[in-house]
Formats: sequence, structure tokens, C-alpha cells
Amino acid sequence: MAEYTSPDFLLLDDTQLSQEERLVRDSVREWVSKEFMPHIQEHIRQDGSFPMGLVPQIAELGMFGANLQGYGCAGMNNVAYGLLMQELERGDSGLRSFASVQGSLCMYPIYTYGSDEQKERWLPEMAAGRVIGCFGLTEPDFGSFVSGMATRAEKKRDTWVINGVKRWITNGSLAQLAIVWANTEEGVKGFLVETDRPGFEARDIKGKFSLRASVTSELYLEDVEVPANSELPGATGLSGPLGCLTQARYGIAWGATGAGMACYDEVVQYTRDRVVQGGPLAGKQLTQQKLAWMLTEITKAQLLALQVGRLKDAGKLHHAMVSMIKRNNVDVALQIAREARDLLGANGIVDDYQSMRHMMNLETVRTYEGTHDIHTLILGEHITGLRAL
Amino acid sequence: MKVMVCLKQVPHQDARLDVAADGSWIQEDNIKFEINSYDTYALEEALRAKDAGEAEVVVVSIGPDRVTQALRTALGMGADRAVHVKDPEADASDSLGKAKILAAIAKQEEPDVIYCGLMADDGNFSAIPPMLAELAGMPSATGVISSEASDTSITVRRELEGGCREVVELPRPCLLAIQTGANQVRYASLKGIMQAKKKPVDVKTAADLGVGEQVGAGAAKVKINKIYIPPKSDQAELLEGSTDEIVTQLVGKIRELGVL
Ligand SMILES: Cc1cc2nc3c(=O)[nH]c(=O)nc-3n(C[C@H](O)[C@H](O)[C@H](O)COP(=O)(O)OP(=O)(O)OC[C@H]3O[C@@H](n4cnc5c(N)ncnc54)[C@H](O)[C@@H]3O)c2cc1C
Repeated sequence: MAEYTSPDFLLLDDTQLSQEERLVRDSVREWVSKEFMPHIQEHIRQDGSFPMGLVPQIAELGMFGANLQGYGCAGMNNVAYGLLMQELERGDSGLRSFASVQGSLCMYPIYTYGSDEQKERWLPEMAAGRVIGCFGLTEPDFGSFVSGMATRAEKKRDTWVINGVKRWITNGSLAQLAIVWANTEEGVKGFLVETDRPGFEARDIKGKFSLRASVTSELYLEDVEVPANSELPGATGLSGPLGCLTQARYGIAWGATGAGMACYDEVVQYTRDRVVQGGPLAGKQLTQQKLAWMLTEITKAQLLALQVGRLKDAGKLHHAMVSMIKRNNVDVALQIAREARDLLGANGIVDDYQSMRHMMNLETVRTYEGTHDIHTLILGEHITGLRAL
Repeated sequence: MKVMVCLKQVPHQDARLDVAADGSWIQEDNIKFEINSYDTYALEEALRAKDAGEAEVVVVSIGPDRVTQALRTALGMGADRAVHVKDPEADASDSLGKAKILAAIAKQEEPDVIYCGLMADDGNFSAIPPMLAELAGMPSATGVISSEASDTSITVRRELEGGCREVVELPRPCLLAIQTGANQVRYASLKGIMQAKKKPVDVKTAADLGVGEQVGAGAAKVKINKIYIPPKSDQAELLEGSTDEIVTQLVGKIRELGVL
């Protein structure tokens, strides 16, 4: 695989990013190129597997929960965190998903809604990669509509008893700790469930065309008993899981941009080298039209993500802004991946090239964390004040 | 123990290199830079000495503003302090001038060990390490692939030709010029990069170091006349035909040359 050169058409590097932000980006980029890329093909060829051997390095570099303060976390701002996600997904959406789930979907709720005792117990272990988490919200019969949740938790003296099935859970069978969202008499609550508790079982979902370098599981909870203090005290109602999702969606908007950048870089190099009718494919008008469109969309996506990151750091974020960038950036990345795959011709369908892998991955990214359409409706409601969801 | 690491920032290995209009050096605008690969191994060797016991690691670099990126990376990897010699005259010096600047820093810092890379990816002189050792009055070893410090000395393994290794012992203080591949270089961790913000970077000129007179373009004895890309010679010969025919022709050519 050729060396990666990232598109930076509007010189954001020199004019918009701080030195720390650039150093973070460069360090992660180098790590992905040297340590992750050599393994991706082998994991793509297996059905649903992640290079677990890299977890200690990922933790050592501080990539888990990198925008949280304390507890062994790197304490970066949200732009540096976004750049981290961009670089991880430049490698593979499975790698970025692993870090998103651990940091934004598992560490973040403990950090934000957890008790001091829960934070002390879990966050340092999770930052160090010794405890892997998973986030159980989606169920076989509901995805987009959290209110349809069937999983129930009942209080029995000083324990909670949880029953239900969660499906499409990233890292489900790899996790030591599951954050399980369940209906209770007081509304939806989040629970910290150790996965070795009796009655807990995780089964992997096979046959995925997408996110193959990631483990996706189904969780079965049958009378799983957890102590009363396993409940996340700060999260009651749907704002709990939705708060986590806003975090993760923010990172995804950056990540998808990284995947688009990888496809763009690949196809620019390829079309320069590929000779058709006596000249490089890149010299044809139709190709240039596609490349010009790709670079423009990537640049717009970079600017959107950067501005929302700066607003997040300034405490001025609105969740509809995150919906806009998740919706837009994933959508254009997917279109770029498809166009890139097309320009690669037959070569584009084998895993020596990456655009089709990104294209297949981005189908998941378009669906999870609020589908493309759901974000359209969130924006629609924001604009009109009328709820169409 | 205190160790000093000399770092040079060089054009990124994937950077597109063009000769500058005046032919004096390459065109440096809009290209990416990185730490000289040899120096990354030197830094790693120093950081290992730090991990193994109490050692302060001071990184030193001569160069324009952009060099802060290299120094911050080194601080992010775990170095404690940095000295940045920012002075156009220092940049215009030849190897000896630069060695004099580094020796002046060594005099102030009094390190127990100086780690350098064996050579620089761009200039390819391999000159500074032995010059610096001489000026600082230290024994030195080049081509070092591992080092182990005791209280008073350092034992190093050196790489020789033909796959041979040599074990050398040097008293401290001393200078070691490290070979690439000597170790597995760590990445700057995200936490390290955040902490590096708070670590001190001293900015100095050659005059601050008391060597203003002895360095710079005027004092340089070795001058670069021009940089150029050798003209392409048209001695290449294309063999044509089927694979079998090409192989037969190729074997014939090799025989002609008397290689086979
Ligand atoms: C690989 C992978 C990993 C995942 N990881 C996790 C995880 O770790 N944790 C977790 O909890 N979940 C996870 N998910 C689940 C994911 O979040 C859901 O799949 C997603 O929320 C969509 O839900 P659904 O699949 O039930 O689709 P549905 O909600 O059934 O949607 C199907 C289609 O209908 C459209 N639609 C839905 N409602 C409306 C409406 N009102 N108006 C118009 N159109 C509508 C959608 O946009 C979509 O096009 C993962 C999914 C995948 C594929």
C-alpha cells in the first residue's frame, strides 16, 4: 500500500490547528500506517475480528477516552480528539469504532453520569485498555426509536435484575463491562454489568459485509443480577443514552472524513499511474470532474467538523449541529468511497485496495449512531419546530 | 544522570524535493519535515536510559521556527527539556560550526552522555558526532546499536561490516552516535503531547552561547556550491519481445558483462 498523503486544500494545518493538535494527528497517523495497516487485510478476510494484540499500544498512546480529564486519560480538546478519530478511521472504521465505543459510549457515560466510586473503579482500567466496554442500547426490535426498548430492570431489595436482548453491539463478546440501557419504573436507566455475571451471554453476529474488522454481537440477559450501585446515578430518561450518542456522533463526523480522505488519496495516486488510451486516467476530463468534486466535499467536511469542534470546546454545541455533520460527512464519505471504487476498476473490488473496504464500512457508519434519515428529521425539527420523527 | 540528545529536523521522507531556484539547497517551502531517522533512534536510546533509572533528557536542535515541532515531539515522547538554537547564522554554519554550537551547549549542560544519530538523512556528512565529541573532550563511539550505563562507564555494542558486532566500553562522559534500527522507537503519546506543552524550551542564539564569532556562513570552511539532480543518461536499453525472449536476451547481456 502506498504511503498516505492527506488532502489539506485550504491549509487548515498551518492556519487553523495548534501545534499540539498537529502533533496528536501526526503521531496517530504514523501509528496507524506502521502498526495497524499491516494487519487490516488479514482481519478483513476473517469475519468479524479485531487485532486485539494492538489494544495495549492503543491504550499506551492514550487513544481511549482521550478527551476526558483525569483517570489516566489524555485530556485533549475536542479538535485534537476529532483528529484522532479522523486518523483512526483513515485506517478502518472498525478501528475508529473500537475507540469510539470505548471512549465515547462507555467511558463518557461513566465519567458524566457515574458515581465517584464507579469512576475510580472503571475509568483508569478502561483508559489502560485492561477493561474493554460495550454499549448496549439497540435491540432486535428497535433501533432508531429508543422508546421502544423492551429490556427491563427491576429493583429487588438491594439488587437490580435485568432481562432482555441487545443486538448489534460492537465489542459485545470482547467486553468485560457492558453498559446496558433498560426500562425501569423510573424510566430508562443505564447499568454497569460485568459480562461474567450469571445469565449474561454474548454471541457474535456473522456474515457481515461491513465493519468486518470489528466484533458485533448480540447480548442475552436472563435474570442478570447486579448490585444497586451498578446503576449510573446521573442518567435517568433518554437524555442519558442520547448524551453519549452526541459524543460518539461528533467523533464519527471526523472519522468518516478520514475514511473519505483515504479513498481520495488512493484514487488520486491510482489514476495518475493508471494508463488508459496512452495517457494517465487522471488526465481525462471525467476523472478530473470526479476528483475535483471529491476534494471539494472533503474540504467542506473538514471545515464543518473543525468548526463544530471549536464550538464544542467553547461550550456552544447544539446537538443539531452534530446531526448536521454526522449526516453530511458520512454521506459524502460514502459517495467518495463509491466513486473511488469505480475509478479503480476491477482492482477496486479486491482488498489490496482500500476504497471498497471503506465503502462497505461506511454503510454501517451511515446506519449506526442515528441513521442518515434520523439526522435529517432531527435537523428538520430544529428548523421547523415540528416533530416528524 | 543527565543525557543530551542532538536532533536535526530534515525533510519528510515522502516530501517531494525540488532544487531551490539559486541551486544552493532544496526548496523548503510547503514541504513537511520530520526528525532525522537516525536521531529518533538516538532519542529512544536516551529515553530508555531515562526509563531504566533517574536521568534527565535534554533535547537540542539548531534550526528555524519549524524545529519547535521536532522538539515538541521529542518532549511528547518523554524528553524533559529542550534547547532550541534559533539563529540564521547558526543555520548557515558548516558541520564544524554546528558542532561548536552543540559543544557550547554541552559545556553548559554537562551531560553524562550525548546521544546523536550516526548521520543526517539530508546532508549525509556523518561529521558532527565525532567533531562534537572532540570539541567537548569526550570519547565517542559510532554505529552504536545498544548501550548500557553503569555508574562510571557505558558499554555499547557497535555494528561492523559483514554482520560482525563489537563491544566497546567508554568512560563517562562520552558521546554515542546511534545507528538506525538500534531499537523500536516509541510514538509520542497523546498524554505526553499534552504534557509537553508545559515543558520548557530555551531559545538561544550562537551569541548567547558565546560562539557567535566562530560560526555562520563567514566562518564556514566547507561551502555548498550547488545542489543538482544528475542528468539522466540515455544508456538504458529496453528489451522487447515475449517473456521468454526477454529472459534469453537478459541472460545474454549479463554473460557479456562477465557477471555470470
Ligand atoms: C456494525 C454495527 C455496529 C453497531 N454497534 C452498536 C453498538 O455498539 N451499540 C448499540 O446500541 N447499537 C449498535 N448498532 C445499532 C445501530 O445503532 C442501529 O442499527 C441503528 O440505530 C438503526 O437501527 P435499526 O437497525 O433498527 O434500523 P431502523 O430503525 O429499523 O431503520 C431502518 C430504516 O428506516 C429508516 N427510518 C427509521 N425511522 C424512520 C422514520 N421515523 N422516518 C423515516 N425513516 C425512518 C431509517 O433511517 C433506516 O433507513 C450497530 C449497528 C451496526 C450495523
